[in-house]
Amino acid sequence: MYAYDELDRTLINERVSEFRDQVKRRLSGELTEDEFKMLRLQNGVYLQLHAYMFRVAIPYGTLSSKQLRALAHVARRYDRGYGHFTTRQNIQFNWIKLAELPDALADLAEVGIHAMQTSGNNMRNVTSDQWAGVAPGEIEDPRIWSEILRQHTTLHPEFSFLPRKFKIAITASDHDRAAIKIHDIGLRLYRNAEGETGFEVLVGGGLGRTPFIAKTIKPFVSRRDILSYVEAILRVYNQYGRRDNIYKARIKILVHELGIEKFAKEVEEEWEQIRDSALTLEDSVIEEIRSRFSYPAYDKLPHMPDELKKAAHDPHFEAWRRNSVFTHNVQGYSIVTLSLKPVGGPPGDATADQMDAVADLADKYSFGEIRVGHEQNLVLPHVAKRDLPALWKALDRIGLATPNINLVSDIIACPGLDYCSLANARSIPIAQELTRRFANHDTANMIGRLHINISGCINACGHHHVGHIGILGVEKNGEEFYQITIGGRADENAQMGTLIGPAVPYVDVADVIEDIVEAYLALRARPDELFVDTVKRLGVEPFRERVYATR
Amino acid sequence: MPLVKDGKIAADLFVHVPDGAELPGDGAILVPAARFLEDPQALLAHAGKLGVIWPNNRDIDDLVPYLDRLAAIALVFPSFRDGRAYSQARLLRERYAFEGELRATGQVLRDQFVFMLRAGFDAFEVKKDSDAAAFAATTKRYSVFYQPTGDGRVTALNRRMQLRHSESAGQ
Repeated sequence: MYAYDELDRTLINERVSEFRDQVKRRLSGELTEDEFKMLRLQNGVYLQLHAYMFRVAIPYGTLSSKQLRALAHVARRYDRGYGHFTTRQNIQFNWIKLAELPDALADLAEVGIHAMQTSGNNMRNVTSDQWAGVAPGEIEDPRIWSEILRQHTTLHPEFSFLPRKFKIAITASDHDRAAIKIHDIGLRLYRNAEGETGFEVLVGGGLGRTPFIAKTIKPFVSRRDILSYVEAILRVYNQYGRRDNIYKARIKILVHELGIEKFAKEVEEEWEQIRDSALTLEDSVIEEIRSRFSYPAYDKLPHMPDELKKAAHDPHFEAWRRNSVFTHNVQGYSIVTLSLKPVGGPPGDATADQMDAVADLADKYSFGEIRVGHEQNLVLPHVAKRDLPALWKALDRIGLATPNINLVSDIIACPGLDYCSLANARSIPIAQELTRRFANHDTANMIGRLHINISGCINACGHHHVGHIGILGVEKNGEEFYQITIGGRADENAQMGTLIGPAVPYVDVADVIEDIVEAYLALRARPDELFVDTVKRLGVEPFRERVYATR
Repeated sequence: MPLVKDGKIAADLFVHVPDGAELPGDGAILVPAARFLEDPQALLAHAGKLGVIWPNNRDIDDLVPYLDRLAAIALVFPSFRDGRAYSQARLLRERYAFEGELRATGQVLRDQFVFMLRAGFDAFEVKKDSDAAAFAATTKRYSVFYQPTGDGRVTALNRRMQLRHSESAGQ
């Protein structure tokens, strides 16, 4: 956990008071809606189909139990008793009243939570691996760097009015759980041949209507230089990014139009001017940030405690353990993922009661810490293995033990037309129907790892391009249709999926997905060849044939 | 449109001289960039103070050779969503050490004051009277700053390092 100090807390409170004043000026008519729009967006407030939507940041996906209880409180007091975890380590509340927003923010500020820059054309929440600090084989905890960047990007006087939104993600593991290649800047922490740690810097990734995989702009930037290098990228982007067309304003378009070499040269020239400046991170400064991250005092525990041996006889427990429990970097402990994808439920939603219950379980079993991943699930990052059976029972009671992590029903979906004013089609009911179709755990397990991502419009909040199966809602003559892609992925081998054929109507989507999965089962070379690998080996054609032969 | 200068509402000593209009014989003037660049020497010979209104889509490199002879530069915010002039301001102050008046013009509202001050602006053509009147209160709103810029405000990180230093010295 990172402990906010007096300065961090003061700044958050000052922001709340500024926003309270802005809301007051809007309600009194002193500010026009157009003027207020930018101000509320800087603070995570959107106007949606039915109400204001309020997006709260969970920096690098780390929450304390106290913070999670505060989110539950906001859900209960100011909303309709639930919240929606997003693909960028944020939580959204969908029914908030404008006049009550400052109070909700003040309540969150008490536990060091804020909504600064969760929307608007600025630097968004800096995200990271939800297993940061506990993943085996990690170079070091990437959250230290996320926190350094969080501070640097918060209310930045030069970059708060960029051409478009700007997202940074950081990973420090070989396996990328932070989807850095689909971010405006992706940072991969590694140790170079000389033994120095630094970053591979990627730039220009993003989804939306013009998807790009990020390109490497500099293979190695020393840790002492990372702030100045990021600043140089932003300064080039702020000055030269397009502002004439909202759809061409992301940095990915600038990188694409200039070409990565020319863009890199511009950045390099700017960087040469500022690399030896107040932005240089001396080791003592890095240590100062690192020192405010605290880590659990782990016990020396056996690799295989008796409690676990005993529980192994229960097939339900075993199914959950094999699916949702992952190796921790400390012996005797595990990382546990809590599925927010129950059969028939909207992906990523949690009720206030569930949040409170998870906070209690985190206190009891995970040193009071919770993580949020971009797949819209929660994580208890430090669970003693001996506690797994008891934890499982407790999770099962609150509906958070669905053993479907990374399986076909662990669906990423945006809110879609049920909430969102941009959407062309519904996402949530498609996800709900698919979880029902694949509700049988043995079948889902036999299918293996398969990520379905659903977006209700081209803005791609559901990351459909990089789903193993991607579903994109479009509107045709006033009706909801869905384009289906296969073969995408968001990890270290990120790539966009390929369209398999014409869009299909709403009522056919679940059937088509079932056909694709059946085709895969018939086509895979071995039971452990993943769906995405079969698509890579065979291309989309055999899947297309299967789906469209009878349609 | 009120002008806020050095933290207070002040009379604007500069006369805006549009393209094509005749130059006054003396007094402080602000001229558009294009007019200035047509014949910089003639304008620099003007008897009064000279300022240039610089658009946000033109590299300031073209202005750099004249900086030490300019009394003011006005940078433009066509809408407050367009933040290019923040970069221009920081470059002028921090890289090119421009010491004259740096003025924000266009859609300037109170909610940008702190950002603008931190980027190096010291004069503001404020759109609304109420915002100009609120200048002093608004700019006191924040006491914590994360980023080092040329405005001299001590960053949170520096304050922490100083605190550490004094704590360890006291032991």
